[in-house]
Amino acid sequence: MTVKHLSLPVLAIALMGLFGLQAPAQAQSGPLRIEITEGVIEPLPFAVPDFVDEGGAGEYARNIARVIAADLSGTGLFREIPREAHISRISSFDSSIAYEDWKAINAQAVITGAVTVSGGRIVVKFRLFDVFSGQQLGEGLQFAGTPQTWRRMAHKVADAAYSRITGEGGYFDSRVVFVSESGPKNNRLKRLAVMDYDGANVQYLTDSSSIVLAPRFSPSGDRILFTSYQTGFPRITLMDVGSLRTQTLAEQPGTMTFAPRFSPDGGRVVFSLERGGNSDLYMLTLGSGNLVQLTNAPSIETAPSFSPDGSQIVFESDRSGSQQLYIMPASGGEARRISAGQGRYSTPVWSPRGDMIAFTKQHQGRFHIGVMRTDGREERLLTASFLDEGPTWAPNGRVIMFTRETSGAGGQAALYSVDISGRNLRQIPTEGAASDPAWSPLLP
Amino acid sequence: MSLLPKALLLVAAFGLAACNNPDRFGAGGAGAGGAGGAGGAGMGGGFVDTTGLGDPNDPRSIAYFNQRVGDRVLFPVDQHTLTDQGRQVLSGQAQWLMTNSSYAVIIEGHADEQGTREYNLSLGARRAASVQNYLISQGVPANRMRTVSYGKERPVEVCSSEACYAQNRRAVTVLSMGAGM
Repeated sequence: MTVKHLSLPVLAIALMGLFGLQAPAQAQSGPLRIEITEGVIEPLPFAVPDFVDEGGAGEYARNIARVIAADLSGTGLFREIPREAHISRISSFDSSIAYEDWKAINAQAVITGAVTVSGGRIVVKFRLFDVFSGQQLGEGLQFAGTPQTWRRMAHKVADAAYSRITGEGGYFDSRVVFVSESGPKNNRLKRLAVMDYDGANVQYLTDSSSIVLAPRFSPSGDRILFTSYQTGFPRITLMDVGSLRTQTLAEQPGTMTFAPRFSPDGGRVVFSLERGGNSDLYMLTLGSGNLVQLTNAPSIETAPSFSPDGSQIVFESDRSGSQQLYIMPASGGEARRISAGQGRYSTPVWSPRGDMIAFTKQHQGRFHIGVMRTDGREERLLTASFLDEGPTWAPNGRVIMFTRETSGAGGQAALYSVDISGRNLRQIPTEGAASDPAWSPLLP
Repeated sequence: MSLLPKALLLVAAFGLAACNNPDRFGAGGAGAGGAGGAGGAGMGGGFVDTTGLGDPNDPRSIAYFNQRVGDRVLFPVDQHTLTDQGRQVLSGQAQWLMTNSSYAVIIEGHADEQGTREYNLSLGARRAASVQNYLISQGVPANRMRTVSYGKERPVEVCSSEACYAQNRRAVTVLSMGAGM
C-alpha cells in the first residue's frame, strides 16, 4: 500500500436485504453494549471465525479475521474466544447463525465475513451478531479496494463492530506519522515515517540527513507539518503526502520556527516563532501567506493546539514562572490559565471531541501523560515514567498515543498507547526506536 | 618536547574539536554557513570551507579558541542567565573574536533531557541569545553571529544524572570562516 492510498476511497456498500429477518430474540439479556466510560470493565468475549473464501481469497480470508481480532482485543474491551473452542463452522456467509453453539462457549458477539479477490479488487463483506439477543447487530457491510488495502478492510470491519457495540466512533482505520530514530543518544538520527495505527505498513517519508521533529497530520491526512533542520536551523515545513514534496513556511531571517499545528479547516498553521531568544505564537494562513502574531510576551509560548471548532487555542507558557496551560481565542487576545495542580504542564492537545485536553506533566522528577476538562477540572494522570511526553488523540478521542523514553546511556524512545481511563497501556511495535507520534483522522 | 606528548596533544585537540563541529551530524549542519546550506546539496555542488584547526598553542587557531579560550558556557537547571564563570569565558571569546575578525560564529543553545521537546527548543534559544547578547555587549558585531537551538536533540553526555545534564545545558560558540554570513 503506498502513501497515496491514504486518500483512496474504500467503497462501503450496505448489503440491504441480503439477509432476511432473524427469528425474534428471546431477550433474556439487554442489548450487546459496552459503556467504555465506566470504571472497571470485564472484556466482552467475541469470536471471529476465518472469513469465507468466496473466490481467490487465499490467505486473505484468515488474515483479515486475524487483524479484526487483534484490533478488538487490543482495545482491552474485548476478549477473543480462540478458534479451537468454536463449535460452529461458518462455511457459507449467508447461512443462518447457530446461536446456541456460540452461546455454549459464551461468545457474546460473533463477526462473520467473506472475501473475494478478482480483477485486481478485493471485496470484503461482514456481519455482526449479538448472540444472547439472537439478532444481527446493524446491517451487513461490504468494502472493496485493491488487494494491497486488505488490512484497511479488516480495520474497517473492526471499526464498525467496535462502533456498534460501544456507541463510540472507531479508530482502527487510521495512520500515525512519527519520528523513526536510530543511532546512539549523542548522535541520534531521525527521519519521518508513517504507519498504520497498529505499527504495520511503515513507510519512510524523509532520509535521516537532518533532524526532523514533531510531525502533525492535516485534518484530511493529505499533508504533514513538521520541524526540520534541513537549512541548518529549525524551520516549520509542509509536506504533501502524495508527492513527498516539502516547502518551508514562514521563513524569516534570524528566527527559528517550530511546534506547528493545523487549524481544523486545514487552511491555517499555528506555531512558535523565536526571535532574539523569545518564543511567541503566530498564525500563518497557507493560501495568502498572511502572518499574524498571537502572543507578545517575554515568556516562552509554545505547543499550540486548536479546539475542534477552530475558535480557541490551548498552549503552554511559562509566564507565571513555570510551564502551565492556557486557552485563548484563536485570533489571540487574553488567555486564561487552566492548569492548577502542582508541577509543570506542557504539550496540551485538544481532544477531537472537544471535551478534554491531553498534556504532559512533570512533577517530582517524573513525567506523566494526563487529561483534564477544558476548564482544568477533573485532572487525571494516565501514566508515569522517567520520560513520557507528547500525547496525540485517536480519532475517536478515547485513546492517546505518546512517546516514552527510557533513561541512561542506552535510553531509547518508543511509542505507547493508553485509554483515557488509564487502562490498557501498550507499546506500539516499531522496527526501531520511535518518538513524536501524531494520529491521522479516521481514513475515508 | 618529545614526540609522544606532542602527538597526544594533537589527538586531544582533535578529540575536543570534534565536539565543536556541527558537521559531525551530517549534511546541513548549522556550521556549514553560507556554503553548505540548503542550496549546496547535490553532486558535490557548492563550495566547501576547509579550515585547519591549527595548533592550540597558536593563539589565532580554532583549536586555541576551543580549548584555551573555551568554546562553551554551562547553565543551571531551567536557567538561561549567565553565571560569573560563563561571563568570564565569554569575555575571553569576545576578545578573541575582536582580534580574529575573519571568523563568523554560530551560537548553539542546548538543553538537558529533563523537559519536553518544544520547551527545550525555546530554552536552548534563550541560552544562545544570552550568549549572543553578552558578546554584542563586549563589542562583537551582531552581524558576525547567528544562533540556533537544538533543544535536547544533541546531548554530548548520555547518562541520565546531573553529572551529564550539567554538561548538556550549554551554549557552544562554533567558529566558521567568513564574517558577514
